[in-house]
Amino acid sequence: MDTIIKDKQPEVLQAVVIRFVGDSGDGMQLTGTQFTDTSAMFGNDVATFPNYPSEIRAPKGSLYGVSGFQVHIGSVEISTPGDSVDLLVAMNPAGLKTNLMSVKPGHTIIVDTDSFTKKNLEKALYETNPLEDGSLENYRVIEVAITSLTKETLKDVEGLENKSITRSKNMFALGMVYWMYDRSIEHTIEFFNKKFKTKPQLIEANTKVLNAGFFFAETLELIPNTYTISPAKMPKGTYRIVMGNTATAWGFLAAAEKSGLELFLGSYPITPATDILHELVKHKHFGVKAFQAEDEIAGITSSIGAAFAGDLAITTTSGPGLALKGEALGLAMMIELPLVVVNVQRGGPSTGLPTKTEQSDLLQAMYGRNGESPVIVIAASTPANCFDYSFMAAKLALEHMTPVVLLTDGYIANGSAPWKIKTVSEMPEISNCIIKEATENWHPYDRDKDSLARNWAIPGSPGLEHRVGGLEKDRVTGNVSYVPDNHEYMTKIRAEKVKRVANYIPDIEPEFAKKGDLLVIGWGGTYGSLHSAVKEMNDDGYDNIGLAHVNYINPLPKNTEELIKGYKKVIVCELNNGQFANVLRMNFSGIEFLQHNKVQGLPFGNTELIEKFKKYLS
Amino acid sequence: MENSGVKKYTFKDFTSDQEVRWCPGCDDYVILRAMQKALPEMGVNKEDVVFISGIGCSSRFPYYIDSYGMHSIHGRAPGIASGVKLANPDLSVWVITGDGDALAIGGNHFIHLLRRNLDLNIILFNNEIYGLTKGQFSPTSLVGQKTKSSPYGNTQPPFQPAELAMGAQARFFARIGGNTPKEMTALFIEAEKFKGTSLIEVLQNCVIFNDGCFTKFTDKSVRQDMQLHVEHGKPMIFGKEKNKGIVLNRLKLEVVTIGENGITEADILVHDAKEGDPTLHQMLGRMQNPIVTGIIRAFEDVTLEEREDALTAEVKAKSKFKKVDDLLFAGETYQVD
Repeated sequence: MDTIIKDKQPEVLQAVVIRFVGDSGDGMQLTGTQFTDTSAMFGNDVATFPNYPSEIRAPKGSLYGVSGFQVHIGSVEISTPGDSVDLLVAMNPAGLKTNLMSVKPGHTIIVDTDSFTKKNLEKALYETNPLEDGSLENYRVIEVAITSLTKETLKDVEGLENKSITRSKNMFALGMVYWMYDRSIEHTIEFFNKKFKTKPQLIEANTKVLNAGFFFAETLELIPNTYTISPAKMPKGTYRIVMGNTATAWGFLAAAEKSGLELFLGSYPITPATDILHELVKHKHFGVKAFQAEDEIAGITSSIGAAFAGDLAITTTSGPGLALKGEALGLAMMIELPLVVVNVQRGGPSTGLPTKTEQSDLLQAMYGRNGESPVIVIAASTPANCFDYSFMAAKLALEHMTPVVLLTDGYIANGSAPWKIKTVSEMPEISNCIIKEATENWHPYDRDKDSLARNWAIPGSPGLEHRVGGLEKDRVTGNVSYVPDNHEYMTKIRAEKVKRVANYIPDIEPEFAKKGDLLVIGWGGTYGSLHSAVKEMNDDGYDNIGLAHVNYINPLPKNTEELIKGYKKVIVCELNNGQFANVLRMNFSGIEFLQHNKVQGLPFGNTELIEKFKKYLS
Repeated sequence: MENSGVKKYTFKDFTSDQEVRWCPGCDDYVILRAMQKALPEMGVNKEDVVFISGIGCSSRFPYYIDSYGMHSIHGRAPGIASGVKLANPDLSVWVITGDGDALAIGGNHFIHLLRRNLDLNIILFNNEIYGLTKGQFSPTSLVGQKTKSSPYGNTQPPFQPAELAMGAQARFFARIGGNTPKEMTALFIEAEKFKGTSLIEVLQNCVIFNDGCFTKFTDKSVRQDMQLHVEHGKPMIFGKEKNKGIVLNRLKLEVVTIGENGITEADILVHDAKEGDPTLHQMLGRMQNPIVTGIIRAFEDVTLEEREDALTAEVKAKSKFKKVDDLLFAGETYQVD
């Protein structure tokens, strides 16, 4: 094993990627979150991503039961949780086995040697002990008997169950990592004080173990250099760390308050969208009506009912759920009610890869309904801007009287990043199409002459009684009409209404080269990966490559074509087989769209992107 | 009805300008008219009345009533109606559905709607056939019934809507023949008065695809002997001579004749619609000779919106969050200078 002599001065690093892995019950998510929060408060930019199995409590020590949490911290701008790992903390052999390929050679691995028992090695399908067989010689391995040291630390604390003792071993590891990266343990101790308010012995135990890990690392020469990552240069303000799903939920809360409407959520549990439901059910104090329905269909239909009755109505789901909601979404489109459908995309088709990320629902969102049924489609692109785009989805739905599909994905929904908090007053105004009283000659399908949005007459308003439904409507009265010309007229006007939304959304602002040799086009949750790659190339002198990341997909911003034409080559990068590339081809004929696609349930890696871009530049 | 602030209406106020397009002779006309007559008696303003339907012949209903309405998609009216009611509990919400719409494609929504007990009303037009798609067997069609999709006879045993509904915890269940408009009007008013989900099954004749399916119960000539019209607090007596009654024999309901075998009126079961235990209501719902009409079950229970309102008030009173900003800035925040 490598033994590195400890350097007294912490080495300054720009950025570092740390991954904590262990059994699903080992508390890796908590350990990672604590390290993230402490680093964010220290002033680092951060990005995180949890990686956990779909089994809730998989058998202990098994390969498929490994739960992990990755955090990327930096003194520079951080836009992804990072591809390759600088420090791996492996609480058991299964964690080591499933994560070793992500560690850069020459980098550090901390292992709990107590867990490398014959039984655990067998469960991890190791024929020989990797700590002994030389297979780790390309890494700096720090072997620590974390479990026994934890037990030793707690031997004098009274009233602790054995389970609580072994459970706190993650804090020993965290203490070590805090010392290695020159972090204070204060924030985590405060956390214990709050979390275990009524269980003082747990506060004592966890604090002791955290300290023990910290001092153990300080005393021991086995530990390589300490590192420090200086605070990043970020705009002034009040920040917090948010997960994408939480930000999505909060954006809707803000939109409800801004619009003066009550928020209704109809939803059915589905990974990875359920956290939005979990968040919104907490907020009854804002009058949120969150309704867990009997299925996906009732999730959306209850929302349609609430929209008919005048609420800001949303429904949340993931790919298979959107398929089930298709018919009802067509109804909402037909009766022209405001509705937001959030699709937190996951690996598909069918049940696919529920806990992994993908962008393969774009065409489903655009076309997954019978008949000509256009809806607005927008996509958030970072954990933090989920707030902005859920807010915008609500705004567009209310102002244009149409369903809006908001696409996020497992990567940004479960990932977290610093968010410079926006107040509700900073958000744009939201108007609506509600009418309270009938004017002479009023009809339910009277439209705004610019946006073509129909008016919104809500039950309870005298004189505005009317019927809507899925049958084709007369263009004026809204009564059932089978007249051929009327059907064509209505089909076109519904399409035109969505098309005109382009007049109300911002242009795409390209980043880096505004014109040049290569334009990278992305959409949705890949922003972080694409931005880092293009930035790195620009930093390395490639000033001829630009990035256009698209958030408004249907309709596309008005400057899309002109922008694309400013580059010699265009490459569309997405985590699917080329769905957005095809949308662009359909809209802009005569332009060659190159593609870079990945369908592994994983985000893009920096190296793969840069290699590809360089190839097209040469 | 006494209710200050409620306008006076006649059935005309609830009649829309749309031409009614059901087949001539369809019981749906009877139901529509009974509803248009009942609505002015309910003490609600017409702008507060919402009809939500699914798909099927019956589901055209909302177009013909001049109030708010939505003709939605197949089987999904319960979800939409739930959303309407949760969004605005002050509305009088009606679900219009049929045996295919409620019990086949919408079966899941139907049982969950009953279980939750929102204060709304469901009218189930049961004609034991798919009408709009022109004559296939439905979940209430009888075994052996010949239809377009069962030319040699239906092999799928039917649901008894009463049994299904009470199994799903329906608090209010009533049944009425499609040719008794007066009683139907009265039932609609009772359903609206009842706090909780009210389900009314109408035995509705389809003149085209299943003509006469309920004749043996509903025809004027047999009605009195083949229908027991129950009323809360009254003995279960029926028959032309008003001499037949129902007794409980071990675990079965039995028809007896008053004056025979020493049976007197005192032996006859007295109907208790308000009983919480649905066992007897289930048995009444299953009876075939006679069938039971009227309000079989009317058990008052807490509604979903009452539970939600109470919880919301409690959370609001305790919460430190008054504005969304309070939430956004709460907890772990930090400054960057």
